[in-house]
Amino acid sequence: MSEFKQTFNSSLGKKLIMALTGLFLCTFLIVHLGGNLLLFCDDNGYSFNMYANFLTHFPPIEVVAYILYLAIIVHALYALILTVNNTKARPVAYVAHNDAPASWSSKNMGLLGSILLLFIVIHMGDFWYKYKFTHTVGYKEYRTNVLTNQTTVSDFTPADPTFEHSSTTEGDTEIIRVKDLHARVANSFSNVWYDLFYVIAMGAVAFHLLHGFQSAFQTLGWRHRKYTPIVKFIGTWFFGVIIPLGFALMPIVYYLKSLGR
Amino acid sequence: MSTGNMNFTLKVWRQKDANSSGKMVTYPAENISPDMSFLEMLDVVNESLIHKGEEPIHFDHDCREGICGMCSLYINGRPHGPKRAITTCQLHMRSFNDGETITIEPWRAAAFPVIKDLAVDRSAFDRIQQSGGFVSVNTGGVPDANIIPIPKVIADEAFNSATCIGCGACVAACKNASAMLFVSAKVSQLGMLPQGQPERWSRVQAMVAQMDEEGFGNCTNTGACEAECPKEISLLNISRMNNDYFSAKLFREEKVHDHGASGGE
Ligand code: HEM
Ligand code: SF4
Ligand code: FES
Repeated sequence: MSEFKQTFNSSLGKKLIMALTGLFLCTFLIVHLGGNLLLFCDDNGYSFNMYANFLTHFPPIEVVAYILYLAIIVHALYALILTVNNTKARPVAYVAHNDAPASWSSKNMGLLGSILLLFIVIHMGDFWYKYKFTHTVGYKEYRTNVLTNQTTVSDFTPADPTFEHSSTTEGDTEIIRVKDLHARVANSFSNVWYDLFYVIAMGAVAFHLLHGFQSAFQTLGWRHRKYTPIVKFIGTWFFGVIIPLGFALMPIVYYLKSLGR
Repeated sequence: MSTGNMNFTLKVWRQKDANSSGKMVTYPAENISPDMSFLEMLDVVNESLIHKGEEPIHFDHDCREGICGMCSLYINGRPHGPKRAITTCQLHMRSFNDGETITIEPWRAAAFPVIKDLAVDRSAFDRIQQSGGFVSVNTGGVPDANIIPIPKVIADEAFNSATCIGCGACVAACKNASAMLFVSAKVSQLGMLPQGQPERWSRVQAMVAQMDEEGFGNCTNTGACEAECPKEISLLNISRMNNDYFSAKLFREEKVHDHGASGGE
């Protein structure tokens, strides 16, 4: 076995891969939440639709996106390999169970991760796949008068079904036509079962990262009297609370809005 | 011989040998003194079994004062019983309630096969230790004491790691049957000291490789080991081991087979 292979086949090598992919996914969550906060702009989805269009058409982002999909697959694959090995390491179970003095999250990373994987698959099928590979997402036309800065919105149906995005000017009016992912999101979020699943999945994110974020630092061997308390603080409050709460608010707010309509 | 006033019901794992399948068997433990250690209580039970012509319950023990690491026992779902930071031989029967049912099982891990009843084969730990848990010393005149300066904090930390008695409770407690707390304590105790530097990078590689070969699980940083360790070995050791391992593998020239003890090429 080559030295490289031997390193990554070792127990610690596999853990290194888990930790690095896990932390990469954590940084992605920050960016993803930041972008999605545009859903809270009260502009008929203009900012959000432009953002979605930018993400799918800016080549460096597309490259990063494919690295991201790879990271999810590798993370889940190694989680599976490690979990299978760990089960094999104790073939005979104990009769008496006493709650080991370890956090619930830390003992249920596999379960939490599986919920996340299910969520990621459904979520990507719903938004990303439909946006990129089907013509089931509608369009909006935003007409802005550059003098008064007044915007009017209307649905728009292009002649060509492969139409993506256009930006033109007619006199003082700037016309932007773009895929209306925002309507798709609002539509999904008006379904209470979808929202429930979404919120549960965000609960899983919270518990996964409550343990996972600080665990990755421990795995990497980056533990220090001065910095570890900071890592634990960020893991608990930022990744364990703020991030999942931010995501979970979106379906809740959109559901409430859909009731008002 | 027994003079106490406590009575217990024991549920004990009985297994004839490594190749047989075992089962839980119930025994009474009567007239037990609260001042007896857990092992002394088992001695009393065994005496009565021998009187009745039955096979006594096999369990490991040696020093009976918490320093050798021989005693084991998974008692009521916890390695070394309900108290923290002690071994089974240091556990007294006053820690239990009169009339209680006590479940006693062997350490459970693929790498620790049962030899008989409650005794398991922990030679996997010996092989890990032999693969790299040593320092090379030149023969010759006796060196002066304290000739190598070592900061007190480092000496203390290395000593803390060195208090590991190799009992295996960390493996027993871990949901993954991972041996990383033990291995990391052994890696740290030497890797932190100047005397351990020559083999520092090859040691960690050899010991981790042997650990993997023995079939222990992979750490998920739950911390159950640290909580159950009779010597309170800290998870910090695992972090230190990982750091050394990754440095060794990714940034150092030494290969694991440069190590004398692991055979060479
Ligand atoms: C957005 C998605 C995800 C993020 C941000 C994330 C993040 C993390 C982090 C930071 C760790 C800690 C690594 C370590 O302890 O060294 C971790 C561990 C883990 N993850 Fe994820 N993860 C995600 C998705 C998943 C998925 C989809 C699965 C499973 C299918 C999964 C299963 C696991 C398991 C089993 C562990 C524990 C592994 C171990 O400690 O050895 N995760 N994750
Ligand atoms: S680390 Fe603790 S529990 Fe593990 S073998 Fe050493 S003394 Fe026993
Ligand atoms: S018998 Fe030696 S530590 Fe318990």
